[in-house]
Amino acid sequence: MKASQLAYVDDHREIVAAAGARVEDYFALLKPRVMSLVVFTALVGLLLAPGGINPFIGFVAVLCIAVGAGASGALNMWYDADIDAVMSRTANRPIPAGRVDRDDALALGLILSVFSVVLLGLAANWLAAGLLAFTILFYAVIYTIWLKRATPQNIVIGGAAGSFPPMIGWAAVTGTVSIEGCILFLIIFLWTPPHFWALALYKQGDYAAAGIPMLPNVAGERATKVQILLYSLVLVAVSLVPPFIGFAGGIYAVAAVVTGLYFVFLAWRLFRTREDVAMRKAARSLFAYSLSYLFIIFLAFVTDHLGQIIGVA
Amino acid sequence: MAAPTDRTDAELLARRKRRSLALGLVLGALVIIFYVLTIVKVGPGVFDRPL
Repeated sequence: MKASQLAYVDDHREIVAAAGARVEDYFALLKPRVMSLVVFTALVGLLLAPGGINPFIGFVAVLCIAVGAGASGALNMWYDADIDAVMSRTANRPIPAGRVDRDDALALGLILSVFSVVLLGLAANWLAAGLLAFTILFYAVIYTIWLKRATPQNIVIGGAAGSFPPMIGWAAVTGTVSIEGCILFLIIFLWTPPHFWALALYKQGDYAAAGIPMLPNVAGERATKVQILLYSLVLVAVSLVPPFIGFAGGIYAVAAVVTGLYFVFLAWRLFRTREDVAMRKAARSLFAYSLSYLFIIFLAFVTDHLGQIIGVA
Repeated sequence: MAAPTDRTDAELLARRKRRSLALGLVLGALVIIFYVLTIVKVGPGVFDRPL
């Protein structure tokens, strides 16, 4: 039997999409780069939580959180295929590039969503599973389907979805949602707007072409830069709370102050820059640094925690 | 509509094989996960019961 007879579709392009997709194409639907950040933050939540967890259950919990995040990524790509096709950053994604059929992405997203939630419930607890289900629903429905194309506050509210993984990791160990889990949530929640608005500033043309109401396109560059600066200040203020409530020690405090000050400096530099090319460069710098910032802050939590265990911090 | 060439067919079959292999590996991993999870959650006593 020829491969071209395997797919029950008429159009040759559809045949290629349905029968010719590579494994890597399906993996790309899960947004592996976002997944790696989710794995990292969920793992930090899991490690910081008191009480400990069986290593295998911990592994399964992080795997489920990662797969759940990947599933919501696939659902996002299923729904956003039309606007992904017109933006340079996303035009080569599997669906707009014609490598994966749109319905396949929907099926993959739904199956992985159900599977990750049920397995997390069976392995860890149903609070963590419920939070994961809410996260997937929040990202796929509230952010992707509703907010993204409707309001310039899309990534502010939608950012909550990306903020849940450390809280889910914490809940997987303790079975509760605590103030510490909420602080980890808040740090990512407040980090999201300056991160994405910096991207939106130097990719304004893309978002305008796709008709997405990102803040720079709707409120203008000046207002966006003010918002970035304000969110950066609040983010750094919140990141300094953990040492004061006994959630982190000296190592974390030093890392939070140093990296936070540089974050605010880059936001301030962006705010002060008027000339177009320099402004795009400053926005790109802030976007790139914001990724390192989140990584360092969460790594500092873990280092500090381990330091306290062995009596260094 | 242009008919797919033999070369295209061979490539499509190779990709289908890789997809099947990947799916098989995922299913195998799930079997291991459920097996170990059962032992971890219930304990080795899960096998120690009257027939």
